[in-house]
Amino acid sequence: MNPLPLPLPFPVTGNQVGFLMLAGLAMLMSIGVVVMKSPVRAAMCLVLNFFVLAFIYFTLNAQMLGITQIMVYAGAIMVLFLFVVMLLKSHAPAFNKEKIDFKPAVAVPLGLAMFVMIGSQVIWPLRSMSTIKADNSYGGPQAIAKVLFTDYVYPFEIISILLLVGVVGSVLLAKRKV
Amino acid sequence: MASVPFSWYLALGLFMFTTGAVGVIVRRNPVVVFMCIELMLNAVNLTFLTFSRYSPTPLVASRLASDQWMGGQMAVIFVMAVAAAEVAVGLGIIMAIYRLRNDVDVDELSELRG
Repeated sequence: MNPLPLPLPFPVTGNQVGFLMLAGLAMLMSIGVVVMKSPVRAAMCLVLNFFVLAFIYFTLNAQMLGITQIMVYAGAIMVLFLFVVMLLKSHAPAFNKEKIDFKPAVAVPLGLAMFVMIGSQVIWPLRSMSTIKADNSYGGPQAIAKVLFTDYVYPFEIISILLLVGVVGSVLLAKRKV
Repeated sequence: MASVPFSWYLALGLFMFTTGAVGVIVRRNPVVVFMCIELMLNAVNLTFLTFSRYSPTPLVASRLASDQWMGGQMAVIFVMAVAAAEVAVGLGIIMAIYRLRNDVDVDELSELRG
């Protein structure tokens, strides 16, 4: 793909500009989840982050998982989060008091150190690798279904048991009196 | 998308994971702490998919050549299912704690102190 005629010090293609826009939005929203005072606003940032992430999955040709991401995360899990935020009466002003203490002063340098360490030790050596080796149809429903129901059928069944246990456990926890 | 380097996706995943880890440490509302955990899980999912796209690793001894790079996507499916179960149980626990004490600040929970 030809580079775009942009006044930049390095050549940038259209695909890269598209990826950078999606990635910038995702990064902004993930920061929003952490810094937003109100849990509802944090949840909205997380929904948008999940949607953008689904589009990034589409750019990786993982269509099936992108759609699953929208349905499972942006749909089901975030509805659960919003219901719990509503039931906890989190909009009360005394509820989301974020006291000023030492934790941000410790956590932010810790996060920066983790970013720099993993980035320089893991990602930087891989920077020259950009050849796509997977087949273009590797993320379609047929390809996933074929593997999921043959080679991965036992993990699939175990996951269904786990989800059943999760349903029973959450009903037990949510009952008024045990 | 061809022509987007492999490392850009990994850098995005690393950034989201780091942000989620910082959020887990900093925030006091357990629901937001759960959201940050979801952020970290999604960062890992993105990394799985990126590796799955850019490097076909023969994780499964399979009959068909096209099945050889599916391990990453299978991991993402299982992470999603485990995350759904984890959120259901975890939010149930938060509701139970809220009914017990009318407060869910994670720094104030000290019932288990001996």
